[in-house]
Amino acid sequence: MKPAPFAYKKVRTLKEAIALLAKHKDDARLLAGGQSLIATLNMRLSAPDLLIDINGIKGLDGIARKGKFIEIGALARHSQVERSDLIAKHAPLIALAMPHIGHAAIRNRGTFGGSIAFADPAAELPACLLALGGEVVATGPKGKRTIKAENFFKGLFETALGSKDVLTAIRIPIADKNSRAGFAELARRHGDYAIVGLAAYARANGKGLSNVRLAFFGVGATPMRVRKAEAALADGDVDAAVAALDLDPDDDVQASGAVKKHLAGVLLRRVAKQLMEAR
Amino acid sequence: MKITGDSPPVLTALDRPNSYIGRSVPRPNLQRLTQGRGQYISDVTLPRMAHVAFVRSPHAHARIKSITAAATKKSLGVIAVVTGAELAKVMTPWVGVLTHLKGLKSAPQYPIAIERACWQGEAVCAVVARTRAEAEDGCELVDVKYEALPAVTDPETALDKKTPVIHSSLGDNLCFERKLDVGAVDKAFAESDAVVETTFMFGRHTGVCTEPRSVVADWNEGEQRMTVYHGTQAPHMMQNLFAKHLDLAEQQVRVLTKDVGGSFGIKVHTYADEMATVALSKLLKRPVKFVADRIESFVTDIHARDHRVKAKIGVNKDGTITAFEIDALTGIGPYSVYPRTSGIEANQVVNLVGGPYACANYRAQARVVFQNKNVMCQYRAVGHPIAVAVTEGLVELAAAKIGMDPLEIRRRNLIADDAYPCASASGLKFEKLSHHESLAHLDSMMNYAGLRAEQKKLRAQKIYRGIGFASFIEVTNPSAAFYGVGGAKISSQDGATVKLDAQGAIVVHSGVTEQGQGAEAVLAQCVASSFGVSIDKVRVVTGDTDNTPYGGGTWASRAAGIGGEAAWQAGKALRGNVLAVAASILQAKPEELDIRNGIVVDKANGTERLPLDELARIAYFRPDTLPPGFQAELMATRHYVPRAWPFAFTNGIQASYLEVDTDTGFVKLLKHWCVEDCGTIINPQLVDEQIRGGVVQGIGAALFEHCLYDDRGQMLNGNMADYLVPMAAEMPDIDCGHVVSPTADSELGAKGAGEAGTAGAPACVMNAINDALRPLGAKGLTDMPFTPDKILRALGKV
Repeated sequence: MKPAPFAYKKVRTLKEAIALLAKHKDDARLLAGGQSLIATLNMRLSAPDLLIDINGIKGLDGIARKGKFIEIGALARHSQVERSDLIAKHAPLIALAMPHIGHAAIRNRGTFGGSIAFADPAAELPACLLALGGEVVATGPKGKRTIKAENFFKGLFETALGSKDVLTAIRIPIADKNSRAGFAELARRHGDYAIVGLAAYARANGKGLSNVRLAFFGVGATPMRVRKAEAALADGDVDAAVAALDLDPDDDVQASGAVKKHLAGVLLRRVAKQLMEAR
Repeated sequence: MKITGDSPPVLTALDRPNSYIGRSVPRPNLQRLTQGRGQYISDVTLPRMAHVAFVRSPHAHARIKSITAAATKKSLGVIAVVTGAELAKVMTPWVGVLTHLKGLKSAPQYPIAIERACWQGEAVCAVVARTRAEAEDGCELVDVKYEALPAVTDPETALDKKTPVIHSSLGDNLCFERKLDVGAVDKAFAESDAVVETTFMFGRHTGVCTEPRSVVADWNEGEQRMTVYHGTQAPHMMQNLFAKHLDLAEQQVRVLTKDVGGSFGIKVHTYADEMATVALSKLLKRPVKFVADRIESFVTDIHARDHRVKAKIGVNKDGTITAFEIDALTGIGPYSVYPRTSGIEANQVVNLVGGPYACANYRAQARVVFQNKNVMCQYRAVGHPIAVAVTEGLVELAAAKIGMDPLEIRRRNLIADDAYPCASASGLKFEKLSHHESLAHLDSMMNYAGLRAEQKKLRAQKIYRGIGFASFIEVTNPSAAFYGVGGAKISSQDGATVKLDAQGAIVVHSGVTEQGQGAEAVLAQCVASSFGVSIDKVRVVTGDTDNTPYGGGTWASRAAGIGGEAAWQAGKALRGNVLAVAASILQAKPEELDIRNGIVVDKANGTERLPLDELARIAYFRPDTLPPGFQAELMATRHYVPRAWPFAFTNGIQASYLEVDTDTGFVKLLKHWCVEDCGTIINPQLVDEQIRGGVVQGIGAALFEHCLYDDRGQMLNGNMADYLVPMAAEMPDIDCGHVVSPTADSELGAKGAGEAGTAGAPACVMNAINDALRPLGAKGLTDMPFTPDKILRALGKV
């Protein structure tokens, strides 16, 4: 379990990182927290020629309120997000999800941006971003652009980022008094990737809910919205929402697809209860 | 000339002044290890040392058509590329058989596969380079052409006529078979009020050590000597095997173990890649290092369990168990592992089923078959978790069938505490066990009646909790009956040498080994107590075949019971020798003196007569002042082997309290109890931690750990993300209780405690899950590990 030989460059500016990416294209990888990348290198599942270490770029690890958004710098560590008062106040779904991400040692190194860019279909944060209708800020040779979460996750470990793009920040709409957040996942052991998980957002609408967004993870190649179930839940019918779950997960080593689908229904009931309870 | 030999035993009691027996003394290596100053094999670096990595078969069964390594030989840092055929010129193959397991057969196994690879992960070529990374780079460039052969993966069909035979020289795929028929089984079943039958399944799993297997071999051409730094449990056994297969005298081989990061039985076997590393050192005349990585550990460290057991119990309405019957089948990979064989686990299952109970009717059949998967062999509690789960699963099913409380049915059938000595139906001899006292202790410790009341109340709220039990017996302190009689050079005796240094402190050399379990603490306690010094004056040396007494090492819960007794006796012998010196200096009678807290005192009143540093000064530097003809002997050696009993059986009972989430199939462990009887307890803390660690590994088997293979023989989850080792967050508090029935075979009276936890935990977790789900009419769960998938299916939810 030793990685194949690679070159390593620690960059100090975003410009430098983008220039190296432009030069090496798919033969280069960005190194942030390294919590997924280093393992894949060591198992020789990936053998890039160059690692571009972006940890030395200043200003990419902030968490700040910017107008109607909370902006989380790509290099913010999970542990930093987990302890942030701003996140707790303005992005409660993220705060709910944080303790489920790996273990403390992983959260100390792993970055928010890295988790979004890696786009593991069983990871918590991509699903949260999708449920919250957040945005990804990418910086490339032509400058900054934003990509909506619903357009960002394209396939298994595949995103809308180009080969010359650096993911620099994530923007999450600020929660208000009518926002509701719900989160639950089932993992055999605390800190494992979930067998199935659910990140949910809704708006309180009198005694009911509206704008329901349910993002399941661990059930497909990307985090999955379940629009029929969302509509049923907005109508206040949890049973109908469970019945309307149009998921078709594959078997994996932890659970069969049938069990995953059953567990998705169990999580939906549990998360619906969270959403309906006052924040 | 009068030469004072080692003195005969002076005291027979353990209640010496300043005794450390029964005290939770911290282990002497604790500070060193927790400060990161341990020295494991992976820390060993020698001049000119090379690293080996192996090209491993991606197929479960394949003919090796060609190996092309031209590109590898040109790769940066590569020193040598060695195939199985080339290595076979340096090292002979081995066959894992024991003569007392009648009929057991296996095929010759080579350090590197020659014509065929027989499991996914078997090494087919070695690449030696300056660094492990360069060796791995080189492996990627080796071009091996395979012709895939049909893989035998299902034990159920391994003996069918149409199934290919893995080793044609053996004639069939049967490794070993044993049958036993005691009493009148058919009659007993026919006359029983009820008969319960079911099939138990035990998933393949493995012992995941913190430190993987590792070895540094250093052939010294000038000295014609092989030094092997080896993370092993049994250095003398390995010395014998390295010598035998390199055609050397044992004297030409030295094995050093250093610190070992956990073993659990994984590191007491012959591994082809480790043998290859040693052979490569001889071939290349330079030190070679191999440290298994996690990925190769999962497909090469021995696996265990993987049993299917059809089982049957007869019971009468009054709770009397009338008969047990089992039919066990296990697939052990393509080779019986050398030298302990892969027949022992199934053999133990036959021996142990029904063991705690006074039931005279027992029939058993066990078949061990070859298959194209990684090899299986002895892992912590060999056979016990299977036998205990089968027995205790049947007992609780029988209790449920006749509507009897599960503790009550045990009270009515466990061998009475005053029935000893006696034997089990399978012929196991018991010196003294304490099933009933242990059960009574457990009953009150866990507040059983209170828990049952709570369980009933919560059921009304649709919260499903279960209570499960497992009585068990455990094989410890094995005599030569285990391996020696079968022709394996695995020593059942062990020795200790104790030396007084020139400042009155003690050095102990022992043949047992430290694996992180605290054996060195136990040895220090025994010597400090029997000799008479404070424990900080005792230094323990283990794991060096050049310097320690010949011994078996650490396995089968023998280090404390056998190694401890040898150390106790050696300390006592040295005390006699030292008192002879003291008596000559003090012009007193040796029998009127004693050593207490490092000072020679008058035995009668404790008056201090002579500090040990002064005695050592005189003996070592001014022997001219001692009486003419008197020679001080300040080093003593004693050996010990159990003789009166083949094994020192221990016993105990465990209980699990858990809650099943009937929506998700998840099990939440709430509490675990274990009452066990390991005889004299030398170090209560270490015993409790052995029990707790063992319970956790047993829980791993019950709920989490499973080497998943597909039907082509590919392991699907060989990594730390997908193979679930039990983790602290999911573990319950584990309360330990003790009953003490010392063995009379040794003066210490200590039996082993290393495997009791693992033996009983899977059974009681299984019983607790079934107890929780019984009111819901769920199908009985008997297929370990109990995943959410299986629990939801039993509940009919998917």
